[in-house]
Amino acid sequence: MVNTIVDLNGLKLKNPILTASGTFGYGTEYSDFVDLEKLGGFIVKGTTINHKEGNPYPRMAETASGMLNAVGLQNKGVNYFKSKIYPEIENLDTNIIVNVSGSSIEDYIACSEIVNDLSHIPAIELNISCPNVKEGGMAFGTSAKAAFDVVSQVRKAYGKHLMVKLSPNVTDITEIAKAAEDAGADSVSLVNTFMGMAIDINTQKPLLSTVTGGLSGPCIKPIALRMVWQVAKAVNIPVVGLGGIMNAADAIEFMLAGASAIQVGTANFIDPDITIKILDGIHEYMKEHNIDDINDIVGII
Amino acid sequence: MKSIVDFTVKSNKELNSSTILLIVESKEELPRILPGQFVNVKIDNNSVLLRRPISIHDVDYKNRQISLYIKVLGKGTASLKELEVGDIVNILLPLGNSFDISLGKKPLLIGGGCGVAPLLYLAKVLFEDHNIKPTVLIGARSEEDILQVNEYKKYADLLISTEDGSLGEKGYPTNHTVWDNPEFDCIYCCGPEIMMKAIAVKSKEMNIPCEVSLENTMACGIGACLCCVQDTDKGHQCVCTDGPVFNINVLKW
Repeated sequence: MVNTIVDLNGLKLKNPILTASGTFGYGTEYSDFVDLEKLGGFIVKGTTINHKEGNPYPRMAETASGMLNAVGLQNKGVNYFKSKIYPEIENLDTNIIVNVSGSSIEDYIACSEIVNDLSHIPAIELNISCPNVKEGGMAFGTSAKAAFDVVSQVRKAYGKHLMVKLSPNVTDITEIAKAAEDAGADSVSLVNTFMGMAIDINTQKPLLSTVTGGLSGPCIKPIALRMVWQVAKAVNIPVVGLGGIMNAADAIEFMLAGASAIQVGTANFIDPDITIKILDGIHEYMKEHNIDDINDIVGII
Repeated sequence: MKSIVDFTVKSNKELNSSTILLIVESKEELPRILPGQFVNVKIDNNSVLLRRPISIHDVDYKNRQISLYIKVLGKGTASLKELEVGDIVNILLPLGNSFDISLGKKPLLIGGGCGVAPLLYLAKVLFEDHNIKPTVLIGARSEEDILQVNEYKKYADLLISTEDGSLGEKGYPTNHTVWDNPEFDCIYCCGPEIMMKAIAVKSKEMNIPCEVSLENTMACGIGACLCCVQDTDKGHQCVCTDGPVFNINVLKW
């Protein structure tokens, strides 16, 4: 019997597979395709203290081996999540993690406090890296000082596992990762999307209503992998890797580079059951390479 | 329940230089498919990442086949044009809501360009399951873009308008003489947004209920990515799950 259980600083996952926020709805959107309890966990879409309508359409453009999105954290607010969504999913035997977003430190704290009271939510992922909102979001994740401030404030308000999601749109991601660690983060996840844009040359207009958006998909994988490797060397807390993971081989690469767990994002849009295929692929890989414990491959590069 | 199914290509016919009729067959029974629903088709081409949402043109439960009427526009649809008999196509279905059959008793179905795609199955369901013979008005640029005529005639009275007057009445569906003495009591419409907006204005003026089918660009097709939103009286709604069919009264047009 092989071991796929990973321990993220006290947060135990039955396997290293999580889903990236904003790509997996509230889990229920995928229940026709995936036995949610087979996943290490899933991260629900970016949740804010108040309802957000998000950005105007068009919000998405396909690019070479990737996609740009500018959804802008559309969600009905944390209280809607608490009263309407949470009761539907709380009894699932998996880790449900809420991605907490905000445009001020007060918002982050208020939202985290509400999630802290939900007994079946063992962790939050603090989103200091959304490139698609005008205020806050990524601004907190692009300077070490701002990251330290927001993480340390939320740390005081939130008692359970605090994962901090980092932006790749920085000169040195290890500085931000270290600031999050110093501020009390239990783990870091990286990377969020890369800021990008695309233009329709016939209309001579941007393809997104917001001009710029966040790039995801297989095109970002080599950069994401490099950043995970750098951060894993720089911090002592677990690293959760994401960015263009499309199959089991990609997931294993991230683990070899230092990720204790991984998140599957854009691939869910193409193959809604991809998480289960990746899990099966990891089992096959372990068998082929005589690996008894998945933790043995983490960070061997 | 939505599922991911490997279909086999039974035929792939070029209807004109830019339109194909792709018929695919499943090994298993088809799920129940409502008129107006769509599929999300995986593209077997490394330079295409996302699935392509395509309207369901026709359903044949007995032979476990669905027909897709596809305008070849970009890399994704060009790949579908290359499919050969026997090839496997991975399809996510059935997706979206459906036309509200109870909207009226004498429906007018209006399709512009490739927007005619979902109207055949709607006409068939109205005719076969509800004993209603609808009127279908197809608008296109020219005679060579008016396709599947005999299929529509099986279930509907067919009217045609072309911009150049090469077939049917000259002009757009919005200025067809069907509007002069309206004998219809509801409208189902699919086509270019500019046409649907013009139809929406006319139907509001005439106080006739009207549904339109939208085709906003989308990624997942199952309500997860929130990319395909439409502004409605309830805020941003997903075309893939709250639509693709919307009553014009909820749209902020």
